Amino acid sequence: MIIAERKDLKQITEMLEGRKRVLVAGCRSCVSICHAGGEKEVAIMAEALRLKAEREGREMEVSEVAVERQCEKEWVRGIERQVAAGDIVLSMACVEKCGGCGDCVLHLTGGVCPIARCAKSLLNGPCGGSQDGRCEVDRETPCGWEQIYQSLGRLGRLDLLEVNIPPRSWLPSRSGGPRRTVRPSVAKGAEERAAEVRR
Amino acid sequence: MRSGSNLERVLESGRFAVTAEIGPPRSASSEAVRRKARLLKGSADAFNLTDNQTAIVRLSSMASSVACLQEGVEPVMQMTCRDRNRIAMQADLLGACSLGIRNVLCISGDHQTFGNQKEAKNVWDIDPIQQLMVFRQMRDLGQTWGGDGLEERPQVLLGAAANPFADPFELRVVRLAKKVNAGADFIQTQAIFDLDRFERFMGMVRERGLDRRTHIIAGVIPLRSANAARYMKAKVAGMRVPDEIVDRMSRATDPKKEGARICVETIDRLRAMEGVHGVHIMAIGWEEIVPEIVRECGLDHRP
Repeated sequence: MIIAERKDLKQITEMLEGRKRVLVAGCRSCVSICHAGGEKEVAIMAEALRLKAEREGREMEVSEVAVERQCEKEWVRGIERQVAAGDIVLSMACVEKCGGCGDCVLHLTGGVCPIARCAKSLLNGPCGGSQDGRCEVDRETPCGWEQIYQSLGRLGRLDLLEVNIPPRSWLPSRSGGPRRTVRPSVAKGAEERAAEVRR
Repeated sequence: MRSGSNLERVLESGRFAVTAEIGPPRSASSEAVRRKARLLKGSADAFNLTDNQTAIVRLSSMASSVACLQEGVEPVMQMTCRDRNRIAMQADLLGACSLGIRNVLCISGDHQTFGNQKEAKNVWDIDPIQQLMVFRQMRDLGQTWGGDGLEERPQVLLGAAANPFADPFELRVVRLAKKVNAGADFIQTQAIFDLDRFERFMGMVRERGLDRRTHIIAGVIPLRSANAARYMKAKVAGMRVPDEIVDRMSRATDPKKEGARICVETIDRLRAMEGVHGVHIMAIGWEEIVPEIVRECGLDHRP
């Protein structure tokens, strides 16, 4: 199971800049269990976006959906029409192969993960071993950065490839030791736990 | 001057630079490096010491660089992102500079599965572009990446690699631009056999004005045999060897001589290209040919 944590609202609104029809898409599996991207969190996120847009006098139409599992194409196919109606999908799940690095950059890489798909987890483009769309490590494996390049090309966002991404934090990855995530809003309080013991 | 290195002086003077590669031995003795350094002294402005190339353990590039310094030739210490995290990299940069090393080449490194210890854990905490950012901050701001001040800044010329023969082709110049923006003072390219493709690449480089913001040193490999050419064509990811070169090597009665001749012809064409500021000769395991090639090109009498 994947443990997820929502990015902060400021970063999310930056990612949505200039978009007018947003589909917030949740998932009823891992991210639902850990209270990061299930139906409830989708509703909260959508409301937060609406409020923020209203307060700032921006026009933004936000719709909501949750599917059984976003990591399986079969389930995602069911929401194709809603996806097509929006001009961006804010996925609150893991739609891509996930290396569990804890700091998702998919909004910069056309939805293709450089951590999981590049043999060297490079963040600033393909190494010198990428040839004919294949990875130098194994000619059967597609080069992750070739896939990112193709995807950003389709999205008309090749400009993102020109930006230098500085050294990232590996703290949320295993480098911070075994991870522990506590969401205080859903954790039981001391009284509640004590009551349980009494029962 | 950023580093005060000989390579920097030559590049800044506008003279066509020559660098060459020295492969460290699988040995606890630096004698093989010293022997090559003595052999090549005067043939190039600086010499690259590779860093566990193809992920095979060898004498470290830092120790090999120091051996070169002791022999009176200038090293370019290669440092891959495969084997060190940012802490070790910064410490090694300080260490290298304290020992008199003035040129460092920042590279990602061959994947460990190419070597003979495939089960090793790789690092890639940062990539070569981020490595340049970190090292530039240390040199220009006198700060580690974490923000601590340095008592003494590392005086170093920062280099990076470019491979115009890898894919996607259009992205190669983008990646070069990113390296220049991150602080690459010079660039050494993958070995060039396909001059037409390299000319197209240089056109894109000039279009972006990158040749005026960094020094591009074009890589060449003298071929020793037709088999070497075929091997590189078929097996080495990110290399392009045109059929014409393979044919020439196959037909040659003296393949070594033909290989050296192809290399000299390539260097002549590279020198004529606008924006190419030098040549980097990678005579892997055949270092003794370098003085001859340099002489044939009229590039001997190094300053």
